[in-house]
Amino acid sequence: MMRHTISVLVENEFGVLARVAGMFSGRGFNIESLAVAETMDPTVSCITLVTAGEDAVLEQITKQLNKLVPVIRVFDFKDSAHVERELVLIKVKIDERTRGELMNVVDIFRGKIIDVGPQSHVVEITGHQDKIAAIIELLKPLGITEIVRTGRVAMWRGTRTLAGAIDEEKEKVA
Amino acid sequence: MKRMTGAELMLRLLERQGVGTIAGIPGGCNLPLYDALRASRIRHVLARHEQGAGFIAQGMARVTGRPAVCFATSGPGATNLLTAIADAKLDSIPLVAVTGQVPRAMIGTDAFQEIDTYGLTVPITKHNFLVRSAAELLDVVPAAFRIAASGRPGPIVIDVPKDVQNEAVDIDVLPAPGRPDPPPPPRAEDVARAAAMIDAAERPVLLIGAGVVAADAAQTLRRLVDKAALPTATTLLGLGALPHDHPRCLGMVGMHAARSTNMVLEECDLLVGLGIRFDDRATGKAAEFCPGARIVHVDIDASELGKIKTPTLGIRADVGATLRALAAAVAPASRPAWTRRIARLRAEHPLVMRAPDDPLDPYGIIRHTAAVLPPDAIVTTDVGQHQMWAAQAFPCSRPRQWLTSGGLGTMGFGLPAAIGAALAAPGRPVVCFSGDGSLLMNVQELATAAEENVDVKVVLLNNAHLGLVRQHQELFFGGRYHASRFHAEPDFPAIARGFGVRAWDLGAVVDPRATLAEALAAPGPGLVNVPIDAAENVYPMVPPGGANRDMIGGELHATAC
Repeated sequence: MMRHTISVLVENEFGVLARVAGMFSGRGFNIESLAVAETMDPTVSCITLVTAGEDAVLEQITKQLNKLVPVIRVFDFKDSAHVERELVLIKVKIDERTRGELMNVVDIFRGKIIDVGPQSHVVEITGHQDKIAAIIELLKPLGITEIVRTGRVAMWRGTRTLAGAIDEEKEKVA
Repeated sequence: MKRMTGAELMLRLLERQGVGTIAGIPGGCNLPLYDALRASRIRHVLARHEQGAGFIAQGMARVTGRPAVCFATSGPGATNLLTAIADAKLDSIPLVAVTGQVPRAMIGTDAFQEIDTYGLTVPITKHNFLVRSAAELLDVVPAAFRIAASGRPGPIVIDVPKDVQNEAVDIDVLPAPGRPDPPPPPRAEDVARAAAMIDAAERPVLLIGAGVVAADAAQTLRRLVDKAALPTATTLLGLGALPHDHPRCLGMVGMHAARSTNMVLEECDLLVGLGIRFDDRATGKAAEFCPGARIVHVDIDASELGKIKTPTLGIRADVGATLRALAAAVAPASRPAWTRRIARLRAEHPLVMRAPDDPLDPYGIIRHTAAVLPPDAIVTTDVGQHQMWAAQAFPCSRPRQWLTSGGLGTMGFGLPAAIGAALAAPGRPVVCFSGDGSLLMNVQELATAAEENVDVKVVLLNNAHLGLVRQHQELFFGGRYHASRFHAEPDFPAIARGFGVRAWDLGAVVDPRATLAEALAAPGPGLVNVPIDAAENVYPMVPPGGANRDMIGGELHATAC
């Protein structure tokens, strides 16, 4: 099963997230990660979600999303050059023995320690999901007590933008 | 500039949409709407349960093809509507349900008769609105009608808080009424490819569904069928799109199809699906449906293409426009070998009706009713055995003649839908085939029928059972019957009379034929009780989950000996 990162541009209106999330649960599709926020245009929101499935399932997800009235456009980042990032906060137990090791690992991963306590630190890491998986593995032996992470967000490399892609399509139709 | 309340504005906008009749029930949170309705030229039909109001509106919409409107109050009024809304979603019926809601300041406080109508109806509507100001109605109402009727039709909910109904608003100009978007035409290359596939096929079959009815494409369909000699099967909701007596009409496909119809689809080398969604009751086990066929699938809803069966050619377009283009593009053909083969299958494996002349036989009562009715009559059904017997045996000759709950399969649909049909088509008789299980699920609407004096006759196939449940228990649960027999058998004629509806009992008369004819000819609402043998099953039957080739019962030879 392929994992897909999808951006859904929607009218920024009451209940739109419930519609999108409800379509997934109602039709038995899975959402692995979800991030929602306004775009540069405050009337438009971008829902970035990660889902997994065979091509036929992804085709259904795309088509069913497109049927929702407030959905402006659905983009699957599959097969296009893009960057993906998540942000994770990791709370790690520390003592005199492990503090140095923690700081080393965080430094190597270009993370930040954003809360320092006598018995625990909070680490902030931003990155691709592979990098996040790697640091979690490394910190596990020290004693992770909590992980909170955002949904994944994605953006095309180069000059291409979601809004621009919509404009291009409109021009093509005209 | 004119000052009016949100409720007055709503009614003004509904009038401009051409709404002539609204079915509904008033309550605390939609009283301002009813106050405005009183002053409006729109007629109101007072249902006795909101589900009845929803199905009355559905009956109007199914007969006219235009969005119909129902009103309900907040809380239980809205929850009672849900089944009728969900039914409209699954059968793609344009419905606009306007619900009252508690005042904005009380939303979220668990106020009296407050329920999250918006949240409840997200999954069962095409779209829904919670109106936050009276001025918003200027956008919301036209949008609701546009969305309900555009593309694949569907139900819309407009939830209006009571204080929005009362809010005064200054109106300069009213917006243009919402009209359906122009339907997408097919691409020329797709039409050419589909026509070439039809021309090249040796054993093509058309399978037509509700989309052909929704597109008002029956005439165009007939041109294509005649020109290219295309045998045509229908889904449950496609019945009537091609007249039953058309030589190419194979009737309904699927779980209770004539054996020959499923056999023809088993043998076809090209299936052209028009406005269908490959429902499991039609396809049986989808992977084994039309096993040797290439598939052309035409639907206005892109998500239907490839949802169940991957087509060789999927065309996302208006079925009507596609049929017009195809009718012009295909080569004339007569297909003598395929025609002969089908004639042979139909002769050897027809639909077997046990006693079509006996008015107390399930098929007999349906055939006798059909024989007495004028050709412009409208038929509704409830859900169960009687529905399938009627689908098999009633001679449907026109689109929008046959109103049945296909997707959701809602018992209780038939009577209120018949009332709606009669309201929308005055002067045309309406018959509702029902069962004793189904009728009780909205029996209160007999009062509405009496009050409106609509020309609706309920023909009640009464076997004192949930007959299709009994049949499933007999065939698939080793005859272990449970909860499918009604031990208390209500006196349906007495119930009807109690509601002010005339009634006849074919089990208590010497000449049932004459009594049936008398009942159907009588003006106004009526009920005809028809005692049916509880052991009667609907055959043939494809077991749930089975392939359509594996039919139980209904063999010609079985009844000959």
